[in-house]
Amino acid sequence: MSQSDTRTRAAIELPVYMRRNEFEPVPELAALRDGPRVARVRTAFGIDVWAVTRHEDVRTVLSDATTFSNTLGLARMAMMDDLSDEERARMRAGNLLAFDPPEHTRLRRMLTPEFTIRRMRRLEPRIREIVDEHLDVMAAKGPPSDLVADFALPVPSLVICELLGVPYADRDAFQRRTGLLLDMSLPMAERRRVGLESREYMATLVTRAQADPGEDLLGMLVREHGDDLSFDELAGIASLLLVAGHETTSNMLGLGTLALLRHPDQLAIVRDDPAAVEPAVEELLRWLSIVHSGTMKTTTVDTEIGGVAIPKGDTVMCALPAANRDPASIDDPERLDVTRGAIGHLAFGHGIHHCLGAPLARMEMRIAFPALLRRFPTLAEVPGAAAFRSFHVVYGMARMEVTW
Amino acid sequence: MSAAEQDGQVHVVADRDTCIGAGMCVMSADDVFDQDDDGLVTLLVEDPPDSTAVHRAVAGCPSGALRIAPR
Repeated sequence: MSQSDTRTRAAIELPVYMRRNEFEPVPELAALRDGPRVARVRTAFGIDVWAVTRHEDVRTVLSDATTFSNTLGLARMAMMDDLSDEERARMRAGNLLAFDPPEHTRLRRMLTPEFTIRRMRRLEPRIREIVDEHLDVMAAKGPPSDLVADFALPVPSLVICELLGVPYADRDAFQRRTGLLLDMSLPMAERRRVGLESREYMATLVTRAQADPGEDLLGMLVREHGDDLSFDELAGIASLLLVAGHETTSNMLGLGTLALLRHPDQLAIVRDDPAAVEPAVEELLRWLSIVHSGTMKTTTVDTEIGGVAIPKGDTVMCALPAANRDPASIDDPERLDVTRGAIGHLAFGHGIHHCLGAPLARMEMRIAFPALLRRFPTLAEVPGAAAFRSFHVVYGMARMEVTW
Repeated sequence: MSAAEQDGQVHVVADRDTCIGAGMCVMSADDVFDQDDDGLVTLLVEDPPDSTAVHRAVAGCPSGALRIAPR
């Protein structure tokens, strides 16, 4: 990190639900959950929010899209302040996270068939191939390797590119844009500029898909819903899926591998027992909770959460790492125990905005973790080289040097 | 206790208007739940044997589309 970076970043205080010491949410977050339960918190984007921390309360908020609106939340963001209504509408077109029902339902229903469990099983052989190809390259190059650059980032990027119909050759540019777009230490104006660039890039792909719709997701949307979706909606959907599709799984693979390397007994279970992989992935999702919070919600009426009165028009954030380590929902929550993993955690959110790509992310992780650990049974981190990435919408690793 | 529960079965109700096609139920109990071509939930059995997997699927449904009801 350069000096100017350090200065800029020191000036921005991350909200408590984003602060971590390596894998652990800061103790203040647990204190908030186990004490006041719901509390006012200052955020980096200049507004105060209500942080919801308990598992039960987070489920309640995320289950109730009528009281807790996503549409209103986005409009409040400082970065949108100076935009005309028309510009705002264009910027959020197709972004499922920016809509409540019925608009959200309309978009989600078009995408649901593409992410069924059955559809994911059909992708499985190709995902295996992509994982193996990257492991081959790592093996041929020899150690040391930056696991983020050589494996964790390229594997999900290539998978989502093929699924969507985005040329993989463009990856350097879109990975850079995504990194900037989700970097909360950057000024809002800068992030918005990158967001617009990203949309322009997507617009070129939509134009291409409209002229010649392929077998990929973008082609499917053009063929089957081309009359119903506007150009901006198509670009917005593709943009969201591209960002969500590579950034999240990538950080789970990087951070998850490091977590296993630091818990060798658990690593051995994931490496040696195929039946242990599925629960292990769920436990890593829970324990790491790489998405710090759900999207911003705005209350549409006066309400209460866990006995705390929340006035109409206030902003609510769900602290997912706190909820996923709530002692009321799981025993000994701070412990990583891959043998107990099960669904019920909130790492993919809950309610109508529950992660659309969750089945894909699970499939990628179930294939990638054991494949990596079996290919390099002596895998080890280079001490002192792991760089955690804090100022980002998704927690993870900036770099992670490994050897074998 | 309903007749079904006495037999060690539960009656599952799936609301397809509420379903968002997350597929969590299929992941939990693929002998009871399936997804149609639109990705929405279908029941393979309406009165499955009472099991942890079925309860987990109902509790874990993100959209709240599943419930266990008396017959």
